[in-house]
Amino acid sequence: MKIVTTRRISQAFFLLMFLFFCGITTFGTEWYQIRNWPVNLFLWLDPLVAISTMLATHTLYAPLLLSLITVVLTIIFGRFFCGWVCPFGTMHQFTGYMTHRKARMAEKIELNKYRKWQKIKYYILILFLVAAALPAFGSLLTGLLDPIPLVYRSVNIVLLPAVDNHTNIIFSQNRWTTTAWAIGIIFLAAILANLWIPRFYCRFICPLGALMGILGRFAIWRIGKNSTDTINCKLCEKNCEGGCDPSGNIKISECVLCFNCRSDCVHGLISYQTSKSFEGEVTSPDVSRRGFMLSLASGVLAIPAVRLSGKLASNWDNGLIRPPGSLPEAQFLERCLKCGQCMRICPTNVLQPAGIASGFEALWTPTLNNRIGSSGCQLNCVACGYVCPTAAIRPISIDEKHGTGDFADSGPVKLGTAFFDRNRCLPWAMDKPCLVCQENCPVSPKAIFTKETFSIVRNGDKVVEKFASDTIHIADDDMQTGSYATGDYFITKNNEPDRLYQIIDNSKNSLTIKNDEKMIFKNGDKILLKVRLQRPYVDIEKCIGCGICEHECPVSGQRAIRVSAEGETRNKKHGLLI
Amino acid sequence: MTGKKQENLNRREFIARSAKAGASIAAAAGLAYWLYQDNVIPRQEGDSAVFPDFSVAPQPGKSLSIVQGTERKSTVIKAIDMLGGIEHFVKPGDVVLIKPNIAFASSAALGATTNPDLLATVVRLCYDRGGAKKVIVTDNPINDPDSCFALTGIGKAASAAGAQIMLPKDSYFSPMTIKNAQLIKSWPVLYEPLKNVNKVIGIAPLKDHHRSGASMMMKNWYGLLGGRRNIFHQKIHTIITELAMMIRPTLVILDAFSVMKANGPTGGSMSDIYSANTIIAGTDQVAVDSFGAGFLNLKPADLPYLTQAQQMGLGTTDYQSLKPLKVQL
Repeated sequence: MKIVTTRRISQAFFLLMFLFFCGITTFGTEWYQIRNWPVNLFLWLDPLVAISTMLATHTLYAPLLLSLITVVLTIIFGRFFCGWVCPFGTMHQFTGYMTHRKARMAEKIELNKYRKWQKIKYYILILFLVAAALPAFGSLLTGLLDPIPLVYRSVNIVLLPAVDNHTNIIFSQNRWTTTAWAIGIIFLAAILANLWIPRFYCRFICPLGALMGILGRFAIWRIGKNSTDTINCKLCEKNCEGGCDPSGNIKISECVLCFNCRSDCVHGLISYQTSKSFEGEVTSPDVSRRGFMLSLASGVLAIPAVRLSGKLASNWDNGLIRPPGSLPEAQFLERCLKCGQCMRICPTNVLQPAGIASGFEALWTPTLNNRIGSSGCQLNCVACGYVCPTAAIRPISIDEKHGTGDFADSGPVKLGTAFFDRNRCLPWAMDKPCLVCQENCPVSPKAIFTKETFSIVRNGDKVVEKFASDTIHIADDDMQTGSYATGDYFITKNNEPDRLYQIIDNSKNSLTIKNDEKMIFKNGDKILLKVRLQRPYVDIEKCIGCGICEHECPVSGQRAIRVSAEGETRNKKHGLLI
Repeated sequence: MTGKKQENLNRREFIARSAKAGASIAAAAGLAYWLYQDNVIPRQEGDSAVFPDFSVAPQPGKSLSIVQGTERKSTVIKAIDMLGGIEHFVKPGDVVLIKPNIAFASSAALGATTNPDLLATVVRLCYDRGGAKKVIVTDNPINDPDSCFALTGIGKAASAAGAQIMLPKDSYFSPMTIKNAQLIKSWPVLYEPLKNVNKVIGIAPLKDHHRSGASMMMKNWYGLLGGRRNIFHQKIHTIITELAMMIRPTLVILDAFSVMKANGPTGGSMSDIYSANTIIAGTDQVAVDSFGAGFLNLKPADLPYLTQAQQMGLGTTDYQSLKPLKVQL
């Protein structure tokens, strides 16, 4: 079998594996659901994830050790990952191939020539790594452009739901993604750039490719010319995926090991070999000293500049409700890749990518949007922490989440606290009974409790005209038939304010009350129509900020009860209780 | 350039081109005429969904049974047998829909949802003794549907017993209007699973409910509503009455084995529950709920929806008048 055929099989295999993992990252116990499938495999194999989190946290989260495989293989063989494994790379290669396959040879050679701007990706990498490593300001931005988190994010929370919302095969109910447009446009732009230059993203932008270009510097085997014969036919450049100039002074750091040059060379002049290319080779990326200093300086200044927003200080965003088990914000930002795995697994779809309004560093990090999905953060679910590839969301047990068992002393994990908006709440603002929030509060005893009040309705002072067989006739005829018959309305007499008579029916000018042996109304008695309200309150000690109340609140626009991050367990400084 | 002279259109080409141009103009004008609208009104979805009356007349004197036992399986079988057996309600070839209460994604032991063993027992009765062609289990829970079916154990138990589970897909809802109702008007209802069904059985746990007083059989049908149904909590008694108007079930089974006495309807702690070890089965859901109220120390009159339902002719709150069949196993 030709080596390029093997390479294509490998690419197809890993792309299908990636898509399979995307498909099965769904809560459940069937084989096509998550179970123990290593759905994070590509993220764990990604050395940029490992190195950048390592620089930021000075530790290596256990599963990221897997990236050592990639590192070792890259050091020995060069950028095999780009050409043989990377699912995003395969998408680019396929799109580029489909677009340009009928181009003339001269055009192809022009498309696949080495361009000096390919060094940009190294500057991006330097900037990201410096930003991650910066003492006291470490922030993980790699996930924005690292192809693995990018492709996970794009497929899992944009492409997949966009398709499945037509079919409802994977999810029984439609899924939603805020900022899907931005994630989608970036993905689309990266793919469409191949119409211009094949593997545009890999050649110019990809910081992971840049990292591997550096790692592959001392690769034992490299692509190169095996003879000084010069034919100058440039057949080897025709389908060069890396744009690495194989016929000339080959740029080893750009070579993605596609082997097209070797396969296309009819003269047998190209080999994967231990000796240097006979035409000469460049092992280091074309990074100038000035360029290096510039990206270094940018990296040093970027995060401190971004943090002038105060989002990690007093101007913290109380609308960012982090999922259960999330680390304190500064540590969270050292680890979160914005890969979207937590949002994908979240059975209720409440986890959403944060928008740019929450700050540049928070872009696409997970936050609860209780207006979206099927029901806030479910009490008996800790799925997000178990799928998080870097433990930005720690895997916690149900006991730890509930504050039971071994965690009885530490209490439950609070995501924030629910606050009533009494200007919008039906029983508070409009004298209408409601209480959906209290009903749905999942903690026991409930964090939402009520105080019963009897509030006089509008135009509720009436005068008895006649009383006969449970029915009071009144002088006015301004009532709407049946409107007080819901079981929530009562009458009191002016001289007997504590005695309540339940209304069971009413017409325009009469009120029928529940039969009560001792009730006597005389003509001219002044009565008051009252509505029984159970006005809700939040018990701040009990509330865990799960947001089910906010999700269920019937005030469907801006909810009358909303969770705010005050009181979240992970940041003691945001506490409310003393 | 080769200096070739432009050629004029010949007659044939001119006619062909004119004909195509004419056809295009006609098509554009025709489309405009066809879709022309001089007064724009918002599109309304028509009500297509209607539920038939699923009820079956009880055998004389056998409309309400109250059985106390030691475990749910034998108790529910006894309770149904006292009403003439499942054979009286489910006939060979019937398609039966069972509506459990799976509102919350919590463990069955916490009593907030229908007990899976109880559900499985009734499913098997429908197949084995009733000869049902198919048994469907559905609900539109409050929490995430998949999680609810999984964590309550209902999904597994129902499938193992041979029932078909229908998760509430968005496409399963159709707007419905109930005659004489003031709330369920063009409201999305979980219609698809009930479309080709001829018997409906409700199975629900007996629970405290702060807003309405108690959540039992009538309230259980809330799980057939879609949309932002919470808006109806403003008139909770009215909506529960209308739910009883919407569904005239074949049989209802109220589970008072572990009664949620407080912190309902979610519960969440074993201390919210006490054991009453009772199953109440009946054809009159108002009567079943009226009896059930007693487990929460309530009288039927304390629950306005029961009185309202009686006034609407949906059943009786005077369950004693049905001469309930009581037995202790």
